[in-house]
Amino acid sequence: MDLTPIWLTLKLAAITTALLLVIGLPIAWWLSKGRSIIKVILEAIITMPLVLPPSVLGFYLLLAFSPQHGVGKWLQQAFNIRFVFSFQGLVLASVIYSMPFMMGPIKSALQQLPVSLSQASYSLGKSKWQTFTKVLVPNIRPSLLTAIVLTFAHTLGEFGVVLMIGGNIPGITRVASIAVYDSVEQMDYSTANAYSLILFSITFILVISVFIFNKYRLKSPLE
Amino acid sequence: MIRIDIEKKLKLYQGQRILKIAAEFPVGSITKVYGPSGAGKTTFLKIIAGFIQPEKGKITAGAVTWLDTSAKINFTPQKRMAGFVFQDYALFPNMTVQQHLEYATNDNAWITRLLEIGKLKPLSTHRPEHLSGGQQQRLAILRALAIKPKLLLMDEPFSALDADMKTTLIGELRSLFKDQGTTALIVSHNQQELEGLAERRLNINTNFHE
Repeated sequence: MDLTPIWLTLKLAAITTALLLVIGLPIAWWLSKGRSIIKVILEAIITMPLVLPPSVLGFYLLLAFSPQHGVGKWLQQAFNIRFVFSFQGLVLASVIYSMPFMMGPIKSALQQLPVSLSQASYSLGKSKWQTFTKVLVPNIRPSLLTAIVLTFAHTLGEFGVVLMIGGNIPGITRVASIAVYDSVEQMDYSTANAYSLILFSITFILVISVFIFNKYRLKSPLE
Repeated sequence: MIRIDIEKKLKLYQGQRILKIAAEFPVGSITKVYGPSGAGKTTFLKIIAGFIQPEKGKITAGAVTWLDTSAKINFTPQKRMAGFVFQDYALFPNMTVQQHLEYATNDNAWITRLLEIGKLKPLSTHRPEHLSGGQQQRLAILRALAIKPKLLLMDEPFSALDADMKTTLIGELRSLFKDQGTTALIVSHNQQELEGLAERRLNINTNFHE
């Protein structure tokens, strides 16, 4: 059995999670403070992938980054970057697709912290950044772990959006979920079963470890 | 001298009211702030600290203007650095007693002294969740003192302390405030609580306009 799809999946999930952590923390922090129409709209856009069929998202990404027109053409000509049928395309799609899973738990955890925690830190002369890194983030650790694991696990399970923008190129865009589909199409049920079992096991271990680490509390991404 | 003249709309259950306070606090003075629930005592302290913005007003500390809405001057809480003891303590759940004080100051001798004043030395490695209500409240006071603030704002700082602890701590604070020339505003419900500590009184209720 070719293990490349499994490695590719794990690589995609790790890169996506790391990127989303860097992007997600500051955005979630900003969204958690007060409300404005811009924040409501941005939050709606971030939440959309939860309810939108993955194929719809994949289709629009395919159109947007097609090297024949617009943004895709410009990226190809100016920077020689191609998002369609490439690994970086999978990363981009996964970041968009898994964003609500990173953002949701972090934002709601930050909102639940009493505002007096930040105020106490400010009154000691600490900057907003010091307060964020030393006081706020350490006190949302369970939710942060939930967000990281959910994002990772969700990226492992992507299918529709990955197939639309990445296709099925061995070693480049054929991730495990697509390898399962591909094997079934070729009536190779034992390979399909092997990939499925590996995905199933990894996901199960991840989710159960969050339960154990967070003392049996897994927060829903929508909480 | 701290000079305060502010106006802030308060949204209350009964409707909207205006909190209007003009007062002066000489350096080193200790003032008891009192008044009925919902009168705006906590809001008043938070306006001074810079956590809440009043619609109109001016706050000066000595020669420095912290807030002047007409001149669009508004110092951040970080620049004002008023010590603040929160009613809900606002302790950091991730930090031990020692770490709370280390977060506020680098002065180790001062940290040791504070731990002695608050009688928290044996508990220095404990996190807030493993402290009693009274111990948490003492830590909140020590953390505010750690920055050696010129102005100290305390919101019901002794409510969870037993009588003996309260007397001892108030005694310690009195000499500490004197040594450091601290100006303190202390919100309290208890009639007798601050006897012997606060020589001045500010009734928020009388400054409360419909």
